[in-house]
Amino acid sequence: MLTIAGTEFRSRLFLGTGKFSSPSVMAEAIAASDCQMVTVALRRVNLDDPDDDIMKALGLHDYTFLPNTSGARDAKEAIRLAHLARAASGSSWLKLEVTPDPRTLLPDPVETLLATEQLVKDGFIVLPYMNADPILALRLQDAGAAAVMPLGAPIGTNQGVLTDFQVEIIIEQAKVPVVVDAGIGAPSHAAYAMEMGADAVLVNTAISVAGDPIAMAAAFAKAVEAGRTAFVAGMGQKSKQASASSPESGMLSSDLGFLN
Amino acid sequence: MFQSPNFQTLSSEIITPTATDVERALDKDRLQLHDLAALLSPAAEPYLQQMAVRSANITLKRFGRTTQLYAPIYLSNYCTNRCAYCGFSADNLIKRKCLTLEEVEKEAAILHDRGFQHILLVSGEAESAVDVEYMEAVALRLRNKFAAVSIEIQPMSTEHYMRLFEAGITAVAVYQETYDRDLYKQVHLSGKKSDYDYRLETPARVAQAGMREVGIGALLGLADWRAEGLAIGHHLNWLRKEFWSTAFTVSFPRMRPAAGEFEPLQLVSERNLSQLIFALRLFDQDVGLIVSTREEERYRNGMLGLGPTRYSAGSCTAPGGYGDSDSEGEQFSVGDHRSLDEVCTMIRNKGFDPVCKDWDREFQISN
Repeated sequence: MLTIAGTEFRSRLFLGTGKFSSPSVMAEAIAASDCQMVTVALRRVNLDDPDDDIMKALGLHDYTFLPNTSGARDAKEAIRLAHLARAASGSSWLKLEVTPDPRTLLPDPVETLLATEQLVKDGFIVLPYMNADPILALRLQDAGAAAVMPLGAPIGTNQGVLTDFQVEIIIEQAKVPVVVDAGIGAPSHAAYAMEMGADAVLVNTAISVAGDPIAMAAAFAKAVEAGRTAFVAGMGQKSKQASASSPESGMLSSDLGFLN
Repeated sequence: MFQSPNFQTLSSEIITPTATDVERALDKDRLQLHDLAALLSPAAEPYLQQMAVRSANITLKRFGRTTQLYAPIYLSNYCTNRCAYCGFSADNLIKRKCLTLEEVEKEAAILHDRGFQHILLVSGEAESAVDVEYMEAVALRLRNKFAAVSIEIQPMSTEHYMRLFEAGITAVAVYQETYDRDLYKQVHLSGKKSDYDYRLETPARVAQAGMREVGIGALLGLADWRAEGLAIGHHLNWLRKEFWSTAFTVSFPRMRPAAGEFEPLQLVSERNLSQLIFALRLFDQDVGLIVSTREEERYRNGMLGLGPTRYSAGSCTAPGGYGDSDSEGEQFSVGDHRSLDEVCTMIRNKGFDPVCKDWDREFQISN
């Protein structure tokens, strides 16, 4: 079981709710993914409106609701939105996104760290979206982040885990869960992140713009599970030299049998 | 400051590309200005279908199966400029009106009840009617009702834009009308607007003031649309580099029938307009592309998802026109008369989500 801030998650797939063709397709895809954590952009919803399309379709009782600050360009804005979200939803969970460049939507490391420090003090459960920078991951962890969310590739690019070299270091060093977020474009990418030892992955575009988002959500669920099982089972070491899958045992021992 | 390239140079650059240049541009992920020129050129016309497919795929990946919706509120049609093409031109004998703050609130309430969360405040250019104090007062009254309030009024100073940003204005649209300096002089007969450079520098002042989004564009029907498209590309490129944290949009106002009986100097067909939209989408994958109710229902239905990301709906272009359908003095007559609900239904039927709220006032309002 994955545990973040004391809450247990059976599923290691988190879903984003943007770019779907309708709230009902979104809800069906989420159901098909069997995920337990969904993130919603605060800019897209009216939390104080009980008739809000997206919130109604979500049926929040089934999921941990992770509002995000998508659109915030500095710590100040993100903090303001976070407080608004908590006041309206009663939930302290927050996916912190500070993305001053509207083009690449890459996260601002400085403002993200500042906002994390403040929001943790304010009692939020902060999951910051960050570039795959191992030192930043440690700094965010020290600031009290409940998990870190390094990107695999810029958001919406479907490029896969291009930052794997850095993500591996983050996974090795971090004490908090590591959720690979952004850039995951195919179930194989998700499986790859999980095989590396990521605690979870967050997927949005790859599902919402798929030909059949509901089937794709189910495919991701399987991939995440397969990747996790493989990681737990212990992956074979990568090697540049071929080695027979049925080694002729005995030969080695007889060859070197003269050694003490 | 941005130096607009010589329009004659642009005009020759969009004539010379060959089919090979077009194919090369279509193969690229990151296009440069010469690629944009190729896609705008006559040589690209046989490739319109391929451009549409690429444009649709890029738009889908970046913006998903969604289309944003907004409506304009016309505040005033007073104008001190004499512009040959515009219904609000000072010379035109139309009924002039500037809404009081109460009237603005009434119009806004109607749009709010219809479901709009993003509105665009539009006015003619007359400081005596619509100045920064008036706009500030309007913004303060509307900002708690809507998720985003944008403006399309006369160019202002950076300081005034900062005041309006503080008051809750999110975005500013200011169209150059034409990037052709000589033609600009010919059609902007008198008034502040006749200063080409002051207008050209406005998007930079808006961004400097901290506005979240800046809209640029050219009025289609004045100069050669291909060269205008390339000029927009140059402008966008420069703005992107200077103001990396500002979002940009491009609008494509095609000349509509208006008071004054001005005949367009250039005919821009629907195929031309589509080529321009696709070319800009391929050139800039993240820019917001706006198609207003100037265009007809059939065209807007067809273009949905192919490149545009934002539509207006249920628009009225006369001040006070939502509350009183007999209001006179419109800027132009619209081409798509459907209500917001009807446009939303069309969008849903095409497998897209009509998005009325994609911003939140909390981003910029601290008190």
